[in-house]
Amino acid sequence: MPESEAENDQALVLRSQRGERHAFGLLVQRHMQRAYFTALALTGSPEDARDLSQEAFVRAYRAITKFDATAGAFFTWYYRILRNLCLNLRRDRGRRARPFAEIGESVMAQVAAAPEADPAVLAERNEMQEALWRALASLQPVAREVIVLKDFQGMSYKEMAEALHCPVGTVMSRLYEARRRLRELMEDYL
Amino acid sequence: MRLPESQRERFQLLLTAAIDGELDAQTRPQFEHFVQHYPECQAEWLKYSKLKEVTQAMQFKNPPPEVWENYWRSVYNRLERGFGWLLLSLGAVILLTYGGFKAIEALWADTEVELVMKIAILAVLAGTAVLLVSVLREKLFTARTDKYQKEIER
Repeated sequence: MPESEAENDQALVLRSQRGERHAFGLLVQRHMQRAYFTALALTGSPEDARDLSQEAFVRAYRAITKFDATAGAFFTWYYRILRNLCLNLRRDRGRRARPFAEIGESVMAQVAAAPEADPAVLAERNEMQEALWRALASLQPVAREVIVLKDFQGMSYKEMAEALHCPVGTVMSRLYEARRRLRELMEDYL
Repeated sequence: MRLPESQRERFQLLLTAAIDGELDAQTRPQFEHFVQHYPECQAEWLKYSKLKEVTQAMQFKNPPPEVWENYWRSVYNRLERGFGWLLLSLGAVILLTYGGFKAIEALWADTEVELVMKIAILAVLAGTAVLLVSVLREKLFTARTDKYQKEIER
């Protein structure tokens, strides 16, 4: 996260801690997309993603006075709340959760809009995206989570370590293992 | 030349950091040494770089625009409703306790109701109270021992 954005977050958190709901609203609007898509990656359901990401914001607001804005990023702290809500949901639902592969978006529609795009390249890219979603779906949730946080959310190792409550070395090992497994599953496409 | 087994774990960590752009000035030469001197390291570097390109390009289905438009409103409504529920619960507990006490008092004083009936009604009320307290205590105990309790304000 850029430094200026972190500073703004910090100022908004401090104002929220003084009870300014409007400031918290700005925080929500700033992070809602990241929050929603992260929840989507963890639950596989757009409805659950919306519900849980909003519920996590509600719980974050209620606990905002406990958060030390100088010690870490707001989203990292928020992510821990969200993650636990998602884990609870998965635990409660068990195997009834929606297949993860259903939530991926093919890039075909977007890239096809460009008239100069080569159909063969588009088809190949589309096929690779679909293979990626299938591969991600078959990963263990812990492995999928680190891939999503790093490659989709763009978190740093330090932020991931904070969010996952583990040392940076563990984050790196999990990432290596997740990618090794993903690479095996994607062998034909790489 | 093959990569010694003793070096493999070190290379894997450096490879991960290199892919994610998190190598620092001290570790970069070590990683470059691996890639330049061991063909298998170079091959891994190329494959994982390709994989990184693919995973970074992944996209999720976007929800309808109304989801973003109404997002904060929904969160706000939930916050407001939470306060409403708190007041409602507090009021209900006070009313039920007071009403229950008054009802028991009136029942006990009523000479037309037989003693057996009075005892039966009191047993039902006492049983309900015990069950309620037991469920509440269990919920509270779970909340206290839940490893996620720090993150989730119940």
